[in-house]
Amino acid sequence: MSRLSSRHLLGLEGVPREDIQLILDTAETFREVLERTIKKVPTLRGITVLNLFYEPSTRTRISFELAEKRLSADTISFSTSTSSVKKGESLRDTVQNIEAMKIDMVVVRHSSSGAPYFLTKCVDANIINAGDGSHEHPTQALLDMYTIRKKYGTLEGLRVVLVGDVKHSRVIRSNIWGLKTMGASVALCGPATLLPYEVEKFGCDVYNNIDEALDGADVVNVMRIQLERQQAGLFPSQREYTNLFGINKERLKRLNKNYTIMHPGPMNRGLEITSEVADGEHSVILDQVTNGQAVRMAVLYLLRGRDMEEGEVA
Amino acid sequence: MTSKKYDLVIINGRVIDPELGFGKDGHIFIKDGKIVKIETDSASIRNELKNLDEHQKIDATDKLVVPGLIDIHVHLREPGREDEETVESGCKAAAAGGFTTVCCMPNTTPRIDNQETVKFVQDRAKDADARVFVVGAVTKGTAGEELSEIGDLVKMGAVAITDDGQYVQNAEVMRRALEYARMFDIPVMQHAEDQQLCAGAIMNESFESTRLGMKGAPAVAEEIAVLRDIALCRLTGGRVHFQHISTRLAVEAIRQAKQEGLNITAEATPHHLVLTDKEIGKEFNTNLRVNPPLRTEEDRLAVIEGLVDGTIDCITSDHAPHSEEEKDCEFDLAPPGMIGLETTLGLIKTFIIDKGYLSWADAIRKMTYNPARILNIPGGTLESGAIADITIIDPNKKWTVNAKKFRSRSRNSPFVGWKLSGQVYRTILGGRIVFER
Repeated sequence: MSRLSSRHLLGLEGVPREDIQLILDTAETFREVLERTIKKVPTLRGITVLNLFYEPSTRTRISFELAEKRLSADTISFSTSTSSVKKGESLRDTVQNIEAMKIDMVVVRHSSSGAPYFLTKCVDANIINAGDGSHEHPTQALLDMYTIRKKYGTLEGLRVVLVGDVKHSRVIRSNIWGLKTMGASVALCGPATLLPYEVEKFGCDVYNNIDEALDGADVVNVMRIQLERQQAGLFPSQREYTNLFGINKERLKRLNKNYTIMHPGPMNRGLEITSEVADGEHSVILDQVTNGQAVRMAVLYLLRGRDMEEGEVA
Repeated sequence: MTSKKYDLVIINGRVIDPELGFGKDGHIFIKDGKIVKIETDSASIRNELKNLDEHQKIDATDKLVVPGLIDIHVHLREPGREDEETVESGCKAAAAGGFTTVCCMPNTTPRIDNQETVKFVQDRAKDADARVFVVGAVTKGTAGEELSEIGDLVKMGAVAITDDGQYVQNAEVMRRALEYARMFDIPVMQHAEDQQLCAGAIMNESFESTRLGMKGAPAVAEEIAVLRDIALCRLTGGRVHFQHISTRLAVEAIRQAKQEGLNITAEATPHHLVLTDKEIGKEFNTNLRVNPPLRTEEDRLAVIEGLVDGTIDCITSDHAPHSEEEKDCEFDLAPPGMIGLETTLGLIKTFIIDKGYLSWADAIRKMTYNPARILNIPGGTLESGAIADITIIDPNKKWTVNAKKFRSRSRNSPFVGWKLSGQVYRTILGGRIVFER
């Protein structure tokens, strides 16, 4: 068995191609497990995983919890509303206390960029970033890449457009790094006020015009627009956003024939994407959700596998 | 026979005095806390030295002897955060860093915006290991709205005013502050960062902030703030001292304003001269969080250029103690600021003097004579009759920054573990040795 080059998954920036390849290949095996009647393997039996969510999350947390359970790990989840964080306990204390209860892996979501890195300095457990601030959300990008690869057989040479709030999107950042490493060509599109400073240094094509961005592309990954961005004055109205950047059927004509529509969820139907497109035959939005479990199983297994005896996957 | 003629003589040192232009080996004679004379070596002087007891002599062979260093931008945290620093501990840190004079900022709790608080700090500083001059608040509570009783502050001994930590955002208030301060011939020390452009920012805006997904403070926030105050200086004839300048375009704006003859001075900190925003993503070290933030390499080099050509008048530490508890957290939740009194000299030697940007004499001028003149405070000279505030430097001593050895009550330095060259050997305050290694 090959090994990942790191015992944590903090982001996709700087992660070697071989690691991403290994995760996607391993996910293929676990994807098959999900089709069985008994969707469970003993791979992580005896391993305890903590899901530490400092930000509200539905699908990512459920996806991780299910992935852990399907690997036979013991799991415990907590979020700020039920923990002692509200009493002012520091992140270090919280996680050290929990690790003292013999936790092997921590899946963390946090509003601060770099919080998962901070945890690697606090505890010995494997750390998996489930989204840190506007920084990275590596498992989301991995499941996006897995979904694309499943359809096209490769990522190499594909044109992927990431549309939305580039400035605040951790999903976009992780997708940029991962897709570029795997040889895809990446285009970014969003209002100028939602593009971060020196965005061109990511090495992507950057557009303010959605029609130009979609021209000749294979994949469109549409990001959720946070309504508070409009309240903060970053764009004038939802109506104008929809007019300028909303993905509707008319706009899809510019895409390559065998195009794919993606969205990491949760969707604002009618704002960044129309229902017609989201539910259309080219949409893989629900496949993304299913694949997310397989990818997260692969990540959990591979990270823990580095620290365990080699064993059969399934 | 014991000579009572002198209390202390520093012998065989290389004396650097920015004002006298002295750069030769010599002996400095001290009596009653004052410098009596500086003499070059001669037979008669050697004879005079013979009559001294050993304990009256400091052998400064191969050392630099300079006026006591002056840092006009220091946070002593007292009153309010005595867990982080006190006047006493801050002055011990100053002495260990070679500083005999520090000016403390008013953003304490409560703020230094009235006579009583000035007096309180002055009383705390009475027996401290450094001279403390108080900088009062521009506005009541440093809230940026109503002027504090500046006349009262000055009467009690405040040497300048500032709302440091925050820009005086309201242009009308700043205009009045400049006009009013002019009556007392004191500068307004300005933390020049437009608050609206910097709202919520945790680092410099650059590709680094883009990459890390952190809210960035744009360089233009400093440039705009500086340009506005230059315009207000021109209007009022007042005096602005720009604190911790960190960007290329702010340096350029100040350079032009000085050429125009406006009454403007500026400072730079070692961290802006040495570090860039590229450090942050490496380990999310919260000790790198500071306002204004660490900038790009281009900015860093421009600030050095400003330091070299005189646009930047002086070097200050912006010594900002924070407790370990407050800094041991997520990057964006940490309070901004780092300590600096005990690392400034070594950083300037290693990264400014050794790199050939400044001579020792020029560097010492920017840490003694220039800051003293900006605030009209004593010091910065070794001439006869001057107060015997003297720093003796071991110029090529290699040392490693060790957090356990800090005299400061706080440890929040990003330079811990760094290998530096140039270290304080003795610090003398009014003829009294306050630090020795």
